[in-house]
Amino acid sequence: MYLIVVGGGKVGFYLTQTLLAEGHEVLLIERSPERAAEILEQLGSAVVAGDGAEAATLLAAGAARAEVVVAVTGEDEDNLVICQMAKLKFHVGRTIARVNNPKNEQLFRLLGIDVTVSQTNYILSLIEQAIPDRSFVHLLSLSHADLAVVDAKISATSAVAHRALGEIVLPADTIITAVARGAHLFVPSAATELLPGDDIIAVAHRDREDELRRLLVAG
Amino acid sequence: MKVVIMGCGRVGARIASILHHNGHRVAVIDTDSRAFRRLPADFDGETIIGTGIDEDVLRAAGIDEAAAFVAVSNGDNRNIMAAQVARLVFKVPEVVCRIYDPVREDTYRRLGLTTVCPTTTISAIILDQVIGTTDVAASGRGGGS
Repeated sequence: MYLIVVGGGKVGFYLTQTLLAEGHEVLLIERSPERAAEILEQLGSAVVAGDGAEAATLLAAGAARAEVVVAVTGEDEDNLVICQMAKLKFHVGRTIARVNNPKNEQLFRLLGIDVTVSQTNYILSLIEQAIPDRSFVHLLSLSHADLAVVDAKISATSAVAHRALGEIVLPADTIITAVARGAHLFVPSAATELLPGDDIIAVAHRDREDELRRLLVAG
Repeated sequence: MKVVIMGCGRVGARIASILHHNGHRVAVIDTDSRAFRRLPADFDGETIIGTGIDEDVLRAAGIDEAAAFVAVSNGDNRNIMAAQVARLVFKVPEVVCRIYDPVREDTYRRLGLTTVCPTTTISAIILDQVIGTTDVAASGRGGGS
């Protein structure tokens, strides 16, 4: 598989190194000639100096036959345009953009980028999971469907505690997929009574996440 | 009408000044507060420090009620991103975007953005002076890429 990585910072460098080690054909495009020369010494001919948002650079890099273009520079506007140019001019099948400002994740998908990676959001979710009393945790975003997987802990004061699932009116576009009670994880039915301490794994449309949070967590 | 301008360089400041003198409400966005010195002394429109690719900054500039958005910062990619945000997220009726790179300009014009490419425009004017109008159209393309 041929992949083009744009941006020779730490993320781009280690990404390229790992992909090469896995046997892929990879080309790293780095804007600064000095940084490109540094990387060249370590990775060999897998790097070229150039502006990845310029069509001429992408053309010379063979973007037309690349299956994936990954833009991991430190600037969101550059990552957006690199991916859009790869798609619009070279019809690259899959574009992946690093998103520095987490607010841009949704925007990038609206603008046609296939996959977005937000380090900030990723680290935030890891922190949320590590806080013991955190009652509602965003576990995962399913990008193509605009869905999120969330984990909610039912407290004794929660409005849904001691109520059967069947009598709880959930927000639209949400479903409770599993209940973890102690060591026991099961798929609930309408008769399942939610107990304080239960961990609820739910799938929710991203627009409904807050509504679900209020329902499950608030007293 | 209300106009939001991103980039307070020579072009942005001039557009802001002319619109202001014509009685329009103007908000200017720039990452560098010193750039606002280019605005005329009697300019009483809004100046917002920040980047126009940030939706919150655009909102602070009053993009929700803007009839037009002009992206003339010194970065092509920033202009392209901000213009798309203005058009797709905020549905601003008139969005104009400056792009120096002729290839990028051509690509985003095809995508439906209203674009201005100083490279081709100025080259054409100069070539017109130097060699006459005959080959200007052909020479204007492909330059700078």
